Amino acid sequence: MDLAYGPPYQAFRDEVRAFLVTHRERFPAGADRAQVLAWQALLIAHGYAARAIPSVYGGFGAEPDILKSRIIAEEFAATRAPTGLAGQGISMFVPTLLELGTEAQKQQWIAPTLRGEVIWCQGYSEPGSGSDLASLTTRADEDGDDFVINGQKIWTSTAAQADMIFCLVRTEPGAPKHAGISYLIFSMKTPGIEVRPLTTMTGRAEFNEVFFTDVRVPKSQIVGARGEGWRVANATLRHERGMLGDPNAAEARFAELVALMKSETRDGARLIDHPVLRDRLMALQARVLAMKFNGLRVLTSQIAGESPGLAALIVKLQGCELNHQIAALAIDALGEAGVLYGDGEHLRAQGAWQWRYMFDLGLIIGGGTAQIQKNIIAERGLGLPREAKAAP
Amino acid sequence: MDFALTADQRLMQASIAGVLGRVSPLARVRAFADSGEPTARDVWTALTALGLPGLLVPEEHGGLGLGLLDAALAAEALGAHVAPAPFLSSAVLAPIAFVAAGSPAQQSAWLPRLAAGEIIAGAVIHEAFAGARDAAGVTAEGGRLTGGSMFALDAQGADVLLVADRSGGLHLVVAKDARIAPLATIDATRRFAEVRFEGAPAEPLAGADALTRLRDAAFIVLAADMLGAAQAMLDKAVAYAQERRQFGRPIGAFQAVKHLCAEMAAELEPCRALVWYAAYAFDAIPAEAPLVAAHAKAHLSEVSRFVARTATEVHGGIGFTDLLGLHYWFKRVGVDRQLFGGPEQVREHAAHLQGL
Repeated sequence: MDLAYGPPYQAFRDEVRAFLVTHRERFPAGADRAQVLAWQALLIAHGYAARAIPSVYGGFGAEPDILKSRIIAEEFAATRAPTGLAGQGISMFVPTLLELGTEAQKQQWIAPTLRGEVIWCQGYSEPGSGSDLASLTTRADEDGDDFVINGQKIWTSTAAQADMIFCLVRTEPGAPKHAGISYLIFSMKTPGIEVRPLTTMTGRAEFNEVFFTDVRVPKSQIVGARGEGWRVANATLRHERGMLGDPNAAEARFAELVALMKSETRDGARLIDHPVLRDRLMALQARVLAMKFNGLRVLTSQIAGESPGLAALIVKLQGCELNHQIAALAIDALGEAGVLYGDGEHLRAQGAWQWRYMFDLGLIIGGGTAQIQKNIIAERGLGLPREAKAAP
Repeated sequence: MDFALTADQRLMQASIAGVLGRVSPLARVRAFADSGEPTARDVWTALTALGLPGLLVPEEHGGLGLGLLDAALAAEALGAHVAPAPFLSSAVLAPIAFVAAGSPAQQSAWLPRLAAGEIIAGAVIHEAFAGARDAAGVTAEGGRLTGGSMFALDAQGADVLLVADRSGGLHLVVAKDARIAPLATIDATRRFAEVRFEGAPAEPLAGADALTRLRDAAFIVLAADMLGAAQAMLDKAVAYAQERRQFGRPIGAFQAVKHLCAEMAAELEPCRALVWYAAYAFDAIPAEAPLVAAHAKAHLSEVSRFVARTATEVHGGIGFTDLLGLHYWFKRVGVDRQLFGGPEQVREHAAHLQGL
């Protein structure tokens, strides 16, 4: 065990720091698209985004190095510098395409996706197919050189802004459910697509429903072979699960909670001096630290090319729950001020704690529900028998 | 950056587990629990052959000169086997006290004998960490100790006692100069005592911050003991859920049971990294050690309590019997939790350490 980074990594860290000092004035201030895209281009050119993506596809082309990626993440977080783009296209579709796409598909889609010019959304879940995703019923019927798609997707987070969708559809209706699915990619401008915002309990529409009515997609726009979409989809989901429950996010949120409890007072007494709240805060800090060190353990396994096993399988379940609990304590500590929402002069942190508390419940359910995560932990991690399957 | 055990550490832990499987099976633990023997000499002799008493003793004094992470790995194995051994007092607290606070003469006099397992040290320090109750407290005056202390570790079988007085000073007392009365707890796998001194001759250990180091080490080693015991209970619950059949299938195929096992694993797995980090920090990043040690102690107390009750439930009725013996693990973590301060008290300490 040695938590020191060796001299080459220290030099790399110095290089990242120098970059962030030199380019501080180019940090995009808000959501200005031109600024954001220029920043992304600069990050790719220096290897601070799309680092391990081959340069022939528009990436930086470095050898994968988990420690360097971590150093980049740490230094950007420490400077509060905007990181590279990380939408579903870059985080999920690009790795999937690199693994399973054709050469032509990689050439066509990866570079513009990395540059932020093409925004993607994910068409997986359906109203009738949540945890049992493979039961999906959106149909893609053959018609000449096209598939004609009819059906509905739900929980499509960036559908309203997206240029493209990667979508699971049933192309082989007679096949067993896992073998009848294909993975298609097509433009969200295709006639017959309707996007309806889906307002959640937070009062905002963080998701959408997407309806397909006779949407024509050329048969060539398939990733993997016909009927192999389930395998392709699982490659994508592996990349998604890695994103949920990030211990660095919990650590940052915990620091905000400490600051809140030190600055807020009731009748002149700081919230942090309340013995019950203080005890709950410390119990959460233990969890934050445990998940942070667990992350170091997973990282070490990945560097060594070993399977991190249970240490990785528990991250989504525990990490999402921990974030939720941090938000819950912030609300409880604020007391009646914790329920203020919308806007107004008494609102704390623009209502972020309530929004997080509610939205986190969506993250606990989404990306594989907590109950599905427990099945995975028990079956893959502990070797318990699989649930007896109902007859298909 | 390497946050993993070395091959040597894994080998050492496996050797300890192998020896404990042989010399301290459940039947031996039961015999110790049911008897009044002060120390399980056969178990300690076997562990001495592996070098356990001298794990933290510097090499120049005949020990292995290893770090607290190695001691935590040993403690984890001891907890997993609910082994009766005076490890915390004699192999952790006493050597750390001598190294941190002993004079060269004291170190030369005591450390080689501790490392060789020739003598056993008990620890009479509970009030210094957890506060006094029932009028406990030891006063030092003119080289003599007066007063009483509770929850002394392994005093019955000890040759020498490490004692903390009311003002945080440390002393050595020859065990036969103290009055030692057994203190029965729920956990019969270890010996606790109430110790009284009536003008007992005492040799002071002079170092300044030794008590802080002892507290951190005790927290980490107790956390490791809980980690081992909780992991053993989880493993037993998973094995039982695979073999026990009801309604025509293994009970582990039912989500109600499977999810209990998953919840135990999800809670316990990050604890391993927390204990490793705290133990590593004790030697490598001392500035971070007190906070992480406190969190390890408090958090393992909560998680091991959850695992203990849940693993018992997964076993159903048999888990509740003396026959199965799962209760030895249940009670072991029950005592670890309260010893030197329960989680609420330790969390207050953690808040205080950060100036909150």
